[in-house]
Amino acid sequence: MRGKVWKYGDHIDTDVIIPARYLNNPDPAALASHCMVDIDEGFAGKVQPGDIMVGGWNFGCGSSREHAPVAIQASGIACVIAASFARIFYRNSINIGFPILECPEASAAIRAGDIVSVDTKTGMITDETTGETFQAKPFPPFIEQIIEKGGLLAYLKEKE
Amino acid sequence: MGMTMTQKILAAHAGLPEVHAGDLIEAKLDVVLGNDVTTPVAIGVFEKAGFTEVFDNEKIVIALDHYTPCKDIKSAELCVIAREFAKKHNITHLYDVGTVGIEHALLPEQGLVGPGDCIIGADSHTCTYGALGAFSTGVGSTDMAAGMASGLNWFRVPPAIKVELTGKLQPFVSGKDVILHLIGLIGVDGALYQSLEFAGDGVGELSMDDRFTISNMAIEAGGKNGIFPVDDKTMEYIQGRFGREPAVYEADEDAEYERVVRIDLSMLEPTVSLPHLPSNTKTVGEAAGMPVQQVVIGSCTNGRMSDMRVAASILEGKKVADGVRCIVIPATQQIYLDCMKEGLLEIFVKAGCAVSAPTCGPCLGGHMGVMADGERAVATTNRNFVGRMGHTGSEVILASPAVAAASAIAGCVADPRKA
Repeated sequence: MRGKVWKYGDHIDTDVIIPARYLNNPDPAALASHCMVDIDEGFAGKVQPGDIMVGGWNFGCGSSREHAPVAIQASGIACVIAASFARIFYRNSINIGFPILECPEASAAIRAGDIVSVDTKTGMITDETTGETFQAKPFPPFIEQIIEKGGLLAYLKEKE
Repeated sequence: MGMTMTQKILAAHAGLPEVHAGDLIEAKLDVVLGNDVTTPVAIGVFEKAGFTEVFDNEKIVIALDHYTPCKDIKSAELCVIAREFAKKHNITHLYDVGTVGIEHALLPEQGLVGPGDCIIGADSHTCTYGALGAFSTGVGSTDMAAGMASGLNWFRVPPAIKVELTGKLQPFVSGKDVILHLIGLIGVDGALYQSLEFAGDGVGELSMDDRFTISNMAIEAGGKNGIFPVDDKTMEYIQGRFGREPAVYEADEDAEYERVVRIDLSMLEPTVSLPHLPSNTKTVGEAAGMPVQQVVIGSCTNGRMSDMRVAASILEGKKVADGVRCIVIPATQQIYLDCMKEGLLEIFVKAGCAVSAPTCGPCLGGHMGVMADGERAVATTNRNFVGRMGHTGSEVILASPAVAAASAIAGCVADPRKA
């Protein structure tokens, strides 16, 4: 995957990713249309399919709402790179088969608007704008399997 | 190497003699919980994957508590999805308007959760039940769907932080002040991926309601769960409520902790968290005088009977300040009834408070107290993120019921010891 970077700071919480006032309609496209609205009103209108989101520490903290990774995914973002993820957001992303990468170095160095390519299999991140490369932590095999199957339920169903 | 309480409960539910921090395990679930926001999404995932049966119709709890009584058509439609699913699968624990309370006050009160349980809930504050000596953690809707289908879920066994409590709380200092102080000490990701294991002589000095409040906000420190040892107070609380056999686990002497945080309860002051992070803590004295337009006393954090009592003791015979809206929300129907019997509802109404049926409403800016640009609230809730209670230009200050009640009378952040 390869795309333009949308860069945000530390402790990006689920209330800013998708405010509770929009949770009454869980349709992914509806959620995407309000994604990030409280800190970046322009995001939902301008994000292009394949773009990449980069956050700081504790990305996705707060509520258990799976609507948050769903909103980001449905907005067209191909993957999220962050220094660290809050644990429920981390689980939810894996469970819906949405790629996320933990890499403090990439999170610190990559700038808004850079063109970044990501190999989610190897965890290799390349900032094509600056030429820098980063290695994200690989997933344990069990988690990789869930992502490969497209999410937890698909994985469970196949096991059945 | 010994195990922590959390690790012992996880090992038992995974059918393993021992587990270690970092292990990925599959554990059996005693309770799978969801609410009106998360359950409909879980049902969609469950059905889309082709599942037709739930693993156990008596171990699933659905509490329609967030936007109820329904605030708009779309939220009413979410409740319809949940109700129809509950009917179709004969879910015995569906709590709807009239029986519902805020889920994390309701489940312990109804005896649905107890010591030694392994619980997941599609609500981040599911960590509340750690107060009863259970492993309990918040998950998303897909996890809930997987739990409903299989009765199992995957966990990464967490490393632990030991929180060693000593001493005894001063008057008008409560569990809320303990947890805000702790979050201020370690930060909103201070316990990321970890369990908070409360220990020490100070535990015995804390009421069950204090413990519920403390475990409830483990997630605000990034924690996977926050667990208390089981003692006489726990056993007394579950007596007559909890239908199953409690399983009491104790941490091994040589359990491994990544760090130990010590808190002397007797040294704590009433504490508040200023906008926009729960870790932005100050003593009430440092924040005193900040004007407020709204006060909310309730939520899964602080809507229990002892919270109502302390708020009423401060509001009795007083008036809410001009220009302040004070909203009181007893967390369950039982608490509402007990407030009525004890005369607390009369105290609240005479003081000029609005008393609501149980709902999460204002805590997440859902309904029943949404704020406009430039407004500020003191709330006994759990999050003060940007836009949490309404407009992105509004602010939430987190506090205990005592501080909230004193602030309602003063019209600004106020010290309950001076009220």
